Amino acid sequence: MAFKVLVCAKQVPDTNEIKINPETGTLIRDGVPSILNPDDANALEEALKIKDKFDDVHVTVITMGPPQAEEMLFECIAMGADEGILISDRAVGGSDTWATSNAITAAIKKYGDFDMIFAGRQAIDGDTAQVGPQIAEKMDLPQVTYVQKFEISDDRKKVTVERQLEDGYEVIEIALPCMLTAIKELNTPRYMSIAGIYNQNKDIKVWNAADIQVDLSTVGLKASPTNVFRSFTPKPKGKGIMLDGDSEKDLAKNLLIHLKQKHVI
Amino acid sequence: MSTNFADYKNIWVYAEQRDGKLMNVALELIGEGHKLSRDISADTKVCALIVGDGIGHLAQECFEYGADQVYLIEDPLLKNFTTDGYTKVISDAINEYKPEIVMYGATHIGRDLAPRVAARMDTGLTADCTHLDVKVANYIKFANENTTLNTSSLDPDDPDTGLKMTRPAFGGNLMATIICPRTRPQMSTVRPGVMQKMERMEGATGEIINVKPAISEGDIRTKIVDIVKSAKELVSLTDADIICSGGRGLGDPSGFELIKEFADKVGGVVGSSRAAVDAGWIDHSHQVGQTGTTVKPKIYFACGISGAIQHLAGMQTSDIIVAINKDPDAPIFEVADYGIVGDLYKVIPEIIAEWDNAEALYDATTK
Repeated sequence: MAFKVLVCAKQVPDTNEIKINPETGTLIRDGVPSILNPDDANALEEALKIKDKFDDVHVTVITMGPPQAEEMLFECIAMGADEGILISDRAVGGSDTWATSNAITAAIKKYGDFDMIFAGRQAIDGDTAQVGPQIAEKMDLPQVTYVQKFEISDDRKKVTVERQLEDGYEVIEIALPCMLTAIKELNTPRYMSIAGIYNQNKDIKVWNAADIQVDLSTVGLKASPTNVFRSFTPKPKGKGIMLDGDSEKDLAKNLLIHLKQKHVI
Repeated sequence: MSTNFADYKNIWVYAEQRDGKLMNVALELIGEGHKLSRDISADTKVCALIVGDGIGHLAQECFEYGADQVYLIEDPLLKNFTTDGYTKVISDAINEYKPEIVMYGATHIGRDLAPRVAARMDTGLTADCTHLDVKVANYIKFANENTTLNTSSLDPDDPDTGLKMTRPAFGGNLMATIICPRTRPQMSTVRPGVMQKMERMEGATGEIINVKPAISEGDIRTKIVDIVKSAKELVSLTDADIICSGGRGLGDPSGFELIKEFADKVGGVVGSSRAAVDAGWIDHSHQVGQTGTTVKPKIYFACGISGAIQHLAGMQTSDIIVAINKDPDAPIFEVADYGIVGDLYKVIPEIIAEWDNAEALYDATTK
């Protein structure tokens, strides 16, 4: 039987490209490219490395989002994934992390048996790092987050990972099935292959709320325990003083005089 | 999912310890929790929750930094953090004692644990908060001073004391305040280095509640084989008074030698932008910004850093920002208190050379 690896991924706006309209203080999202979330690319790469190592590995990428998130699944398949699943329905729109994990959990249950799940640690639009662990909780799976190194035994029964900490790392053994969340130190994601890009038979399924049989009282904006109370942009700090000086030495002296005057040195 | 709010009382701080030492963020959260508890009501307490084995001695430190009560959960199986073990005993304790608010440090451990506990409780969790309020009046004051939010629709006399959790999103481009109006407890993880510790009160005491954990070996499905402490230099960006940060404008990795020399001279710590980390010039532990460390030193020197929003999100509350950059249009100058347009390789050596003369230079200008 094939060894099945699920990868949870998200299509996100490239936050490095987002700018603020200085007049209205709102985000300018027009023309901002949507990308495969960086940590999720590391999650997919590690799944593909398992596929490189063994003959009978099946990699399925699962995502939730608007219909255009299908583009990201095309990209994942072009990188080497076998299959993509998009959960897309207005009923799941506006979900917070709790509600999102309910929808993805329902989709995974519909998908059926699997051996392990990879997710990115966090997505760059929200930076919460919550959905991976919350899926694991609802699937009753053990988890390791911040995975920076991954090894699977030849009999594919045992996984050993390194979990990054602020001041070092832990080496952890975990039984399968499990949830692992990837960070960028784990690997370098591969590029899409030409053959993959031109593959005409991309296996992509789009599932709505009825398909995944999710309890509608557990998904979407209204079901979400957290709500946005207000959103706003930080107040720009007033422009300071540009220092003058005929030479670098003058500039340095001028700076030190100012810092001394402010009593900060 | 619990909705009977009257049953829920007090603020809990998950006081994370590693190797029998409290993390700094635990003390910061006790300080913040102390303030918020008094804003809720006179009889609301701030309680530290300590989980581990042989960690009873940490209770005293929590009291001295402002905790009213300490909940201790001890068991040999809880010696080191495991997701399964800690989630179980903390969730059981929350079910039994019903705190109104639970706060965790947004450390690698807090961010592993908190979502798991929140999912088990079926309650909301807000990640990486940088500001918290309970009183609407305080929230209005915060918003007016720091944000572009129009607060005219908010009533300062509103009796609501629900937790208002403010956090950056979209790489720091946007701030959002999140509430958890229908479920309890309200939970958040909070960025280390953002909240204020209280002044230590030597000899302060309080009530210790020993919680008996129901935990067995079979509950823990991961096995810690080894814990490796990094040999790399410990960077304490959050505690630094002065940070000297380098970015892509250094041109190559050797530029950090000059930054290090600069930091050594001024008694500072070396920081960096994400661009420099991504280029492989310096370790991630030095990174300041939305995806790195949030800092607020007395002086932040940004050297060859253009000022991407994700970087600004992590340093713009520094007391004084000094920017040195060749490009006069670099966005970093928009937030800098003092800007120098010039070649950092020429300017920084002069600052190093003149640093000890600052007093004399200043005196000369006042005569």
